[in-house]
Amino acid sequence: MEFLFEIEGANFSVAGNASSTIKRALKQRDVDPAKIKRIVVALFEAEINVVAHADHGTIRVLIEDHQVQMFVKDFGPGIEDVKEAMREGYSTASNSVREMGFGAGMGLPNIKRNADVFEIESIKGLGTNAHIIIYL
Amino acid sequence: MLMNEIIKRIEARPVCGDVCSLRTDDFEFAFASDLMSDVLRLTYEKTMLVTGLCNVQTIRTAEMAEIKLIIICRGKKCDDQMFKIAKECDICLLETNYSVYRVCGELYSYGIKPLY
Ligand SMILES: Nc1ncnc2c1ncn2[C@@H]1O[C@H](COP(=O)(O)OP(=O)(O)OP(=O)(O)O)[C@@H](O)[C@H]1O
Ligand SMILES: [Mg+2]
Repeated sequence: MEFLFEIEGANFSVAGNASSTIKRALKQRDVDPAKIKRIVVALFEAEINVVAHADHGTIRVLIEDHQVQMFVKDFGPGIEDVKEAMREGYSTASNSVREMGFGAGMGLPNIKRNADVFEIESIKGLGTNAHIIIYL
Repeated sequence: MLMNEIIKRIEARPVCGDVCSLRTDDFEFAFASDLMSDVLRLTYEKTMLVTGLCNVQTIRTAEMAEIKLIIICRGKKCDDQMFKIAKECDICLLETNYSVYRVCGELYSYGIKPLY
């Protein structure tokens, strides 16, 4: 099963809708709840990062028999130093993002903790590409 | 332990879901934060969330983290979009005028345990 979502930067009122749709789809497929939680927490963090930090982006989710793959691509400022960004507590979130409840600098570490495979590539000034795999 | 007792202690208003049908046994722990990624880090279920953050993202975060009860503090009021998503996700909401600190103090003295 394949899902495609367009994500709008800065629009927090619909942020999380994509992750919520995927959660429902996984529940319907009777995926183990512990796995569902890992998948949706990782996806939600990635989705929020597009909303919080980028201009716009897309999320593609492939639910396969043995794994769930998530491709999160955005156009935006990109990340200058990915290694630094992965550090717990590192955040450049703006005040308006903080007011929405984000900016702990825990999003990328949370993705890493939950994913079996997490690859992230970013070009400063262009955007960011993340690939997340969780095995079922 | 009864949910009613908790509601009384923190002078809470049940604003969404059938809070009284929840059993405190299902809520061994509480966690307080206004930063949602801290909440998304939790791995233990049976946790209630105490927060001053009152927007749709509070509810979405609870949805992803499998949290079934949120206590919204400092007199903040939930809006219709929050109610709608909370209902869809079976999440109960309590509002209270107490601060996060006071709510945590009451819960702690009532025997609700911290996670860390
Ligand atoms: N898609 C992105 N585009 C541009 N910068 C990003 C993106 N994702 C993350 N970053 C950068 O990496 C930092 C760390 O990201 P991370 O998700 O760990 O924390 P955060 O988003 O700041 O806060 P939190 O996720 O805890 O709410 C961000 O503050 C930002 O500087
Ligand atoms: Mg983030």
